[in-house]
Amino acid sequence: MAIKIVVNGQDLEVSVSPMKRLLDVLRQDCYLTGTKEGCGEGECGACSVLVDGEVINSCLVPVCQVEGSEIVTVEGLAENGKLVPVQEAFIKYGAAQCGICIPGMLMAAQALLDSKELSKQTPTRYEIREAIAGNLCRCTGYMKIVDAIEAAALSTLEKK
Amino acid sequence: MNKFEYVNASSVKSATEQLQSDGSVRIKAGGIDILDELKERTINPKRLVNIKTVGGLKEIKEVKDSLHIGTLVTLSELASNKQVKTLFPALAEAALGAATPQIRNVATIGGNICQRPRCWYYRSEEFSCLKKGGNECHAHLGDNRFHAIFGNDKCAMVHPSATAVALVALQAKLKIEDTKGHRIVEIDNFFVKPEENAKAENILKPTEIITEVILAKPAVGSRNFYIKLKEKQSFDWPMADVAVAMEMAGGVCKAARVVLGAAAPVPWRAVAVEKALVGKKVDASVAEEVSRLAIEGAKPMSHNGYKLKVFETIVARALSVVASGDFSSKEGF
Repeated sequence: MAIKIVVNGQDLEVSVSPMKRLLDVLRQDCYLTGTKEGCGEGECGACSVLVDGEVINSCLVPVCQVEGSEIVTVEGLAENGKLVPVQEAFIKYGAAQCGICIPGMLMAAQALLDSKELSKQTPTRYEIREAIAGNLCRCTGYMKIVDAIEAAALSTLEKK
Repeated sequence: MNKFEYVNASSVKSATEQLQSDGSVRIKAGGIDILDELKERTINPKRLVNIKTVGGLKEIKEVKDSLHIGTLVTLSELASNKQVKTLFPALAEAALGAATPQIRNVATIGGNICQRPRCWYYRSEEFSCLKKGGNECHAHLGDNRFHAIFGNDKCAMVHPSATAVALVALQAKLKIEDTKGHRIVEIDNFFVKPEENAKAENILKPTEIITEVILAKPAVGSRNFYIKLKEKQSFDWPMADVAVAMEMAGGVCKAARVVLGAAAPVPWRAVAVEKALVGKKVDASVAEEVSRLAIEGAKPMSHNGYKLKVFETIVARALSVVASGDFSSKEGF
């Protein structure tokens, strides 16, 4: 079945089984291997991507369900090689250890920074923890991840 | 996963027309629970009808003195909707506490109410339990640490839906449609105990779809809230949860609904607590006193006796929060 999706701003048509997981379509058919598979059942958030601006688990969504949607993966965050604030902050704060959770963490963090309620104020640490509640870091490196998101939120707000 | 047909429905009519009374055609909304069921082979449908493509089911509308919540409204939308948060904090909290942000952005209210049990014996291919046509509940002699303490004689599952707990407290109504038309069902009559039908958790027929959840706006002086206790602070299924809706005049309780989740195969009303509250000026000490009635009639099994104390505690907390009207200090529950 031919399915049209927009991935990182690019119109694509993929010819796959309609029940193929969005995760597998991104990795195998779009060659975007930044999105990782952890548990495959919605527990770990390593496969998080944005669909029409909302963060979802791409392992729980068959591709037919997102036909016509705009999908952003970790590869689509930076523009022309320029990293977005949340990526810059993850580097600056050393928020990555083994790294497998980081693409998902970045997408969950970006969704938080994009949310309307936070356009006027930075999120509290509690709100940041809630926003990444669906993302597990098996190195348990959460403190630096929260620090990085807090710093990214601050620098994003200062630019507005 | 076995092979099946996948069809996008354009309307409720086109969806219901495809449904079969033998259950071989299944509805898919957010697809969170049904994907699990397909992978675990607890169901083998010949066709899946996607209703995400049906218009008009994604809105939260105000109609006279009621709020009509379309069946496709996601848990995220419920948790952030201003009217839901103001009028029905119990429902907003229950939706916010369920699963992860990623799942809440996809999972729908209709699907959440209709989830199948999370019981590990039900979900495992290795066990044939009552729900799957077998002749015993393996939780009775097995690992039942998260299972029911009420109504567990036949099947000891706990109902998996947190929003259902809030909706029972709020006396919601459900609009259910099939090819012949629609019916409105009070949520008290929606869920069924295993004694009535061990293979289903509700009265929904294989040919029907829930299209709306209807909530009457609470009377003046009414307050409601929901508290969930889980093993870890981050996302988890509830060990125990409770929703309270109380109508008060001058601090005195006129009527109350106290509903326990993760306690029984259906959202379980603590009727003794509800009765004891009427006519009382509710404060922290009254809350603690009546909360002991929450476990009246409980029959804990080998591994879940801890739930008795847990339910007493969270009922007392929820009643105190509702009576004081201070919903701000929920962090840490």
